[in-house]
Amino acid sequence: MKKIGNALLSAARGLWLAIFGLVASILLFVLTVLSIAFTLLGIGLFTTPVAVGAHRAHASLRRRQAKAWAGVEIPEPYRPLPARRPGLAGQVELCTALLKDPATWRDLLWLLVDATAGTLLAILAPVLVLYLPWGIVLALGVWEPIERAGGGLWFTFLHITDQSTAHLAAPLGLVWGVLGAFLARPLLRADFLLAKQLIAPGPATARELELARRVDRLTESRHDAVDDSAAELRRIERDLHDGAQARLVAMGMSLGTIEALIEKDPARAKQLVAAARTNSAEALAELRDLVRGIHPPVLAERGLADALRALALRMPLPVEVDVELAGRAEEPVETAAYFAVSEVLTNAAKHSGARRVWLDVHHAEGMLRISVTDNGRGGAVAPADAATRGAAARAAGSGLAGIERRIGTLDGVLAVSSPAGGPTMVTMEIPCVLR
Amino acid sequence: MRVVIAEDLFLLRDGLVRLLEAYDFEIAAAVESGPELSRALAELRPDVAVVDVRLPPSFTDEGLQCALAARRETPGLPVLVLSQHVEQLYARELLADGSGGVGYLLKDRVFDADQFVDAVRRVAAGGTAMDPQVISQLLSRRAQDRPMGGLTPREREVIELMAQGRSNAAIAAQLHVTERAVAKHTSNIFGKLGLPPSEDDNRRVLAVLAYLDRG
Repeated sequence: MKKIGNALLSAARGLWLAIFGLVASILLFVLTVLSIAFTLLGIGLFTTPVAVGAHRAHASLRRRQAKAWAGVEIPEPYRPLPARRPGLAGQVELCTALLKDPATWRDLLWLLVDATAGTLLAILAPVLVLYLPWGIVLALGVWEPIERAGGGLWFTFLHITDQSTAHLAAPLGLVWGVLGAFLARPLLRADFLLAKQLIAPGPATARELELARRVDRLTESRHDAVDDSAAELRRIERDLHDGAQARLVAMGMSLGTIEALIEKDPARAKQLVAAARTNSAEALAELRDLVRGIHPPVLAERGLADALRALALRMPLPVEVDVELAGRAEEPVETAAYFAVSEVLTNAAKHSGARRVWLDVHHAEGMLRISVTDNGRGGAVAPADAATRGAAARAAGSGLAGIERRIGTLDGVLAVSSPAGGPTMVTMEIPCVLR
Repeated sequence: MRVVIAEDLFLLRDGLVRLLEAYDFEIAAAVESGPELSRALAELRPDVAVVDVRLPPSFTDEGLQCALAARRETPGLPVLVLSQHVEQLYARELLADGSGGVGYLLKDRVFDADQFVDAVRRVAAGGTAMDPQVISQLLSRRAQDRPMGGLTPREREVIELMAQGRSNAAIAAQLHVTERAVAKHTSNIFGKLGLPPSEDDNRRVLAVLAYLDRG
């Protein structure tokens, strides 16, 4: 029963599409074409946006129906309109933008196709279904007045001239009706697919939309990069100011005091010399840490592979390193990859409770692939989900988010797999070429 | 004792020259780049070379590479490598041939002239001088991994100094104990770690490092 109901519903929708589509498509086509023609006279400048708006609304209605009635997704192809400016200049600008959009012309073509092929496709199933009641009505005697009024009554291929042929109309109508019911859904779908050919983004527009999305992503990652580097400079400035700089000042002061004391109180002067030496050693240690945080020395001296090996050796837990790189990547890639691995390893050492970590780095198909696996308790969260979890997850997640941002500026991606109970695997991919 | 010094920054090169001259070393050459260092090592055959890791023209680990290459030519050629940072990775490469006469120290260690000169002499004599930072990194990691074979705190102090390349006499002086006491500690340590006992300073370092490495 339900199937029959669905078929009938589809047929009814087809009928609606055929009638409404025919009328609206023809009307809007004529209106738009006239309006565009009249832009030369000036009136069109004001009517074209309205006409285009109307046929866009018509097309959008069809897109919604396609999704709701047949599950056919049809994305919108329209370019964003310019910000509306008042006056004639604004109207001209708007018209130009609308007429330059290839989607407008494809829509117009669709109006034509919809009024012809589209209507045919849509009307076929409902007509077949309507043959069933028509055949029954004829068989019940309606043939007679028609025959008397002039005859020439054809029920598809059946010429009805008397009651016996009229009786045949009922089973034939049943056949047509059943066929129509079977075809109702596929035909409705076919109608929408036909529309999709024209009112979905064309190949050029699809590329354009992809580019637009890419521009959005780049804008975002550029903002991140600028923010990050500003914060980084601020941190370096503060570290230098409070650390090495302050220690050098202290050393200078000690030296001044030593100068004054060296003859009067040699013992005290000697003490101060020792203190100054300690200060200089500590200043050096701080500078060393700072340099490691800006650009690790081994990275500068040996490249990524050895820098990661050296990093692994410094970790408090055993890290098994498998690095295979046939050359050196560009410096920004190496640096980003190094700090990403450093952050992930530190996370693993601090939060995961892992006893062992495996680091795997290789380059294939233009991608630097890095995976860090630990045998800890798992439950680490991808940056996107971190906000919904607890404070610890957020802290670890924000570290990962920082990595994601950093490698994002190089078009790199990050994925985290960390089921509760472990193991945790963090994978990163950065496009690059080796030299 | 004839020394070759390789350091690209004039201030530091000059400082090293003056310091070593003050301790009666003969400066055979003081060079500032990798190629010059290789030539000096091959031609002058110094008793010991003091080499900065990072040298021009490439400003990578050129000094270290020159030193390693020279030691492949002349096994056991004494080289003391100085750097602004110490890496276990480099320490391992220097120690890998097992022939001794190597040192690897932070540049800061030069501040303590006596200890630094002691390290230079030790390396020249075929011993080892490893930076305390490398050793403490090794030990701390080892300690996290599993307790160090039940060493006492004093034994830990001794093993740290031993791994740096100090002789029993030097360890005794530093810890203010008798040499006999140090000898007892070292034999205890070797026993607890299951290492063959050894008296040669270089062998002791290698044994300890090999053990630390195994984790």
